[in-house]
Amino acid sequence: MSSRSERPLGNVRICDFTGQLAGAGATRTLAAFGAQVIRVEDPVRQGRWDMLRGSGPFVDERRGPELGGGFNNHNVEKLGVTINLKDERGRDLLRELIATSDVVTENFAGGVLARLGFGYDDLREIRNDIIYVSNSGFGHTGPYSAFKTWGPVVQAICGLSFLSGLPDEPPAGWGYSYMDHLGADFMALAILAALVHRRRTGEGQWVDMSSIEAGITLDGPSILDHSVNGRPARRAGSPDSNHSASPRMVPHNIFPAAGEDRWVAIACRDDSDWAALAKVIGEAWANESRFDDLAGRYAAQSELDARMARWTSTRDRFELAAELRAVGVPASAVQQAVDRIEHDPGTSAWGLWPLVRHPEIGEVRVDGIPVHLSEADWVIERGAPLLGEHNDRVFGDFLGHTAEELAALRDANVI
Amino acid sequence: MTPAGGALAGLRVVELASDHAAFAGKLLADLGAEVVLVEPPGGHHSRGYEPFVDDRPDPERSLWWWHYHTSKLGVVLDLEDGADVTRFRRLVATADIVLDGEAPGRMSALGLDFSDLRAGHDELVWVSVTAFGRDNPRRGEPFTDLTLLAGGGPVWSCGYDDHSLPPVRGGGNQGYQIGSVWAAIGALTAILARDVTGRGQLVDVSLHAAANVTTEAATQAWLMTGEEVSRLTCRHAARQGNVSQQTLALTADGRWMNTGVPPRTPREFSALSEWLDELDLRDEFPETVFLELGAKRETIAFGDIGVDPVLTEIVSAGREAMMFIASKLSADDFFVGGQRRGLTCGPVYAPEEIMADEHITARGFPTAVHHDDLDRDVVYPGAPFVMSATPWRIARRAPRIGEHQHLVFTPSS
Repeated sequence: MSSRSERPLGNVRICDFTGQLAGAGATRTLAAFGAQVIRVEDPVRQGRWDMLRGSGPFVDERRGPELGGGFNNHNVEKLGVTINLKDERGRDLLRELIATSDVVTENFAGGVLARLGFGYDDLREIRNDIIYVSNSGFGHTGPYSAFKTWGPVVQAICGLSFLSGLPDEPPAGWGYSYMDHLGADFMALAILAALVHRRRTGEGQWVDMSSIEAGITLDGPSILDHSVNGRPARRAGSPDSNHSASPRMVPHNIFPAAGEDRWVAIACRDDSDWAALAKVIGEAWANESRFDDLAGRYAAQSELDARMARWTSTRDRFELAAELRAVGVPASAVQQAVDRIEHDPGTSAWGLWPLVRHPEIGEVRVDGIPVHLSEADWVIERGAPLLGEHNDRVFGDFLGHTAEELAALRDANVI
Repeated sequence: MTPAGGALAGLRVVELASDHAAFAGKLLADLGAEVVLVEPPGGHHSRGYEPFVDDRPDPERSLWWWHYHTSKLGVVLDLEDGADVTRFRRLVATADIVLDGEAPGRMSALGLDFSDLRAGHDELVWVSVTAFGRDNPRRGEPFTDLTLLAGGGPVWSCGYDDHSLPPVRGGGNQGYQIGSVWAAIGALTAILARDVTGRGQLVDVSLHAAANVTTEAATQAWLMTGEEVSRLTCRHAARQGNVSQQTLALTADGRWMNTGVPPRTPREFSALSEWLDELDLRDEFPETVFLELGAKRETIAFGDIGVDPVLTEIVSAGREAMMFIASKLSADDFFVGGQRRGLTCGPVYAPEEIMADEHITARGFPTAVHHDDLDRDVVYPGAPFVMSATPWRIARRAPRIGEHQHLVFTPSS
């Protein structure tokens, strides 16, 4: 195992105020690649500005701020300190930490950190080349900057929920906080881009990320269809996201398979995929010449969907998908967690579910990283920090405070 | 148009055209890297993706192509032709990053893989974006965005309360975009590592792995408790038996509204109660008594919902009050009115509607790009994040086939 300093981001220190998934997920990735991420939490409220600290899922019947499953997942490989920012001695300690940090990260609603006395101008006074990355729903400027969001609200506002659904039904949207994941990923990218610039120029900056805006960038072709062609996404028959209009593919759908709530996804990219699929189907209708080209299949899309569904509904979803892939047709069972985590060589061979040790939770598996680096890869071994777990190490070893000083700060509830 | 610059100015990327990694190249290009997009003769097949300008199919009129290839330079190379292979090798020799979306084994078969081209170019970062990873046992399988999202987990969590309807693929080729954001993260991580070691490396990105770690509760529930989640209409899939209340409200003007996390704080319950009074609706909403109970106690923990019957009633009344008020107001009035009272909510906007929203336009998000081909400006989505020192920008429209051949391969450049 390489030491942290030999890892890709081993010389980066982040003073981290992030929470939930949308923020904590960003610094998680950088910590896995070796950045020293120091999570700052409030000792008075037991870190509850991140509501996931005490939220389920839990491994057993125990409850409490050290036991949240999502929190553990999103904060692996980080250090944890507690600082009471309502106390001037706490604010001094934070200034010391910021002075030795490359990056300050947070995902409070717009303006919250500034009101605590640590807006960008304050940060720059502490360290002129600091990189400050804020991630909020609406961003720190504009008429709605004080409005609050969470993942599903971000997804609704940015257009992603609208684009996900079946015709003539309400939006299906996303059944989880997709934009917390993507918000975290964009935030990680923002930190990395700012670090690249600073390496070259010595210049820090403030990156004001709005996860709603980041989400809109994921609607691209639909936005251009409106701005160029004047065609709105809000129109009859739209959205229709189990079909594919861009690129156009028919058949392209999620079909019923044998069993209760079992489904299989099948996509024909072109005429030769269809020819291969038709051969597997082997029924007279599949060989009708009107289906030979895309235009013909598109004209008969509903009919094809219905015929396909009748054909798939008696088939095992895994066997059918494997049979189709064997003849070159893209197909996959709709996999639930057990399928993709326990029985899928695509994830196990990748090492996608690393085991971490957490002093209270025990040993649990967490999300890995979908990127492998050949020379110095990511490492995920340590679970999320306990409240103040690394106070001595960070305030003592890194910042040079004596044990007596720290004891006094602890007694005064500053840390 | 903003002049050259950006956070990644000075980095050169050679991108092999693909559909699934195109967004990664766009992210790097719009952040200031010089991205040279290499297409096969005749242009990459994704130039045939709809929609087209005025619905006229043409390789120069694909709006899919326009969106995903902003800020890039375009060249054509036949990687099976000797002279072009020489050009490709020369081009890679000048690059910091190669962005390779080819199928596993193709570049190796051409003798143009990372191991072939890094000799004498130790600094090279090679980002390979494939469905399952370069060496994965599933590496040869055919795939599309649909099959990736179905096999990778997102689809299982998305859809409707009614399970006779199929689960739903989120729209917009998100499987490709998730992987592309990770590819950009991997590329810059390797560049920062190179600053220290002087050496580049191989960055192996799996779209399947990326989808698998983008499922939030579904994976967490399984890993922590061994339970599966079950899809619900436009809200979090829940562990079985934990069907939550609807969060979608229909407003008086027929729009869908997401009513967010249920109100849990005394301030939120007071705000709801006062809002009902202001609208003179108190008499029509019999559960007001629970709102008043909520206003008098401390914040309700998520863990108590569904456990403590009174707290569950209070939370339920809060959600119902949101739905009820929404049914009496327009989407705009409910959204702004609710948010100004500290109640988290948001309309289900179509993409064209958020692009016209006053907040987004005040922040300058919509980005006009001049199209000499149409002789007008076209509005694109803007910056994924606002950088104060090195603004994101679209340097130029997507390239035509071979548009920058001369610029890129002229010896002086």
